[in-house]
Amino acid sequence: MKKGNKKTGSALSIGKSVFFRWLDGDIDLLSGITDTSEVPDISRDELRKTQNQKVRKIASSISMRRAARAEEKSFQILYRIIAAVSCMLLISVLLYTTSKLPEYGAENPQTLEVVERYVEKGVEETGAINIVAGMILDYRAFDTLGESHVLFTALVCVMILLKKDRKNMQRGLDSYHQIEKEHFHRISTESIMRNVGRVLIPCIFVYGVYVLLNGQNGPGGGFSGGAVMGAGLIMASASVGFEKVDRYFTAKVSAVITVCALGFYSFAKGYVFFTGANHLENHIPKGTPGNLLSGGMILPLDIAVGLVVMCTMFGFYSLFRRGSIGGK
Amino acid sequence: MTAIDIVKILLLVLLIVCAVSVNFTRTILSAVIIFMSYSSIMCIVWILLESPDLAITEAAVGAGISGILFLVTLRRIREADADREEQETNEERK
Repeated sequence: MKKGNKKTGSALSIGKSVFFRWLDGDIDLLSGITDTSEVPDISRDELRKTQNQKVRKIASSISMRRAARAEEKSFQILYRIIAAVSCMLLISVLLYTTSKLPEYGAENPQTLEVVERYVEKGVEETGAINIVAGMILDYRAFDTLGESHVLFTALVCVMILLKKDRKNMQRGLDSYHQIEKEHFHRISTESIMRNVGRVLIPCIFVYGVYVLLNGQNGPGGGFSGGAVMGAGLIMASASVGFEKVDRYFTAKVSAVITVCALGFYSFAKGYVFFTGANHLENHIPKGTPGNLLSGGMILPLDIAVGLVVMCTMFGFYSLFRRGSIGGK
Repeated sequence: MTAIDIVKILLLVLLIVCAVSVNFTRTILSAVIIFMSYSSIMCIVWILLESPDLAITEAAVGAGISGILFLVTLRRIREADADREEQETNEERK
């Protein structure tokens, strides 16, 4: 049934121009160049021969016209030329722009007042030793708010595309979950992953929390700490199985954490923005720079961003892997 | 020219080699692994450029999570291919 559809489809599409067929996905220009299959244990020539045979078989079975094939070939050449030219253009534009930049470490020829202000008064005004954290979470905190919302939106988009439910399953949801369950059982018997995971997961989480909480004093901060913690969650689900992670990290927990963190960030930054912009007094103490509890709002905002990033990273992995966060 | 300069140049050359060889590898699995090694080298370059913030993020996101996502996607593609082939052979038998 399906094959019949395929035949009529390609027969119809021969009349169309090659460009539109490429847009529709009927032909794949990279088919001979890359392959997604596992590395076969035969020589490359042999592989090419079998592939050619396959292609010939398909071509003869749908009786592709010779003219259409020639057209396709010329389109392929055109495609490669355009790709090379656009690559060259992009490379030259980038190199030209880079050559205009001041040398690394040299005095910037243009006097940048904003940068000078950040470097000279950053610690005093934000209470953070790490000027980068002071910049992204105090002076430019609204940019970071936008970034965390972008991450949240990305997670929602991945969920729309990849989430498995009754509408986009072919085999039926219950049998799918059955297969997945057997699959996880197989994963949890792989002893190398399990034992390495057992040793590494606590270390990864401690390091992630350290990076997250020390954002105002040293390198790190919300995004990197959250990414490390998300990697820890991924490691946990890959080594001991999704079932163990599902016990404490369900879809509901993830949603609550994300929404609370984003809401807190928006509220806190909105408050600081309005009071600061109207020259009202800022009640939040800065603390002594260098302490763990310092930098005013930077630490809570870091934690909020870190939690959002952690949920997003694990959500990506979970959705890519099995089409849901937290099992059924 | 000090030792650190030599290391820097070596790392930058390795970056270019990685970036070019991603385009010329046949199997996507090797391309993903080269991409991850590119990120690891870039992480060291960030440290040498005195921006440890970026180095941590590059190591966690570039070398870790995006590589894992690529690998998971590749696995799904293979599963889909295997499913399709199975279906086709079944139909041929019919």
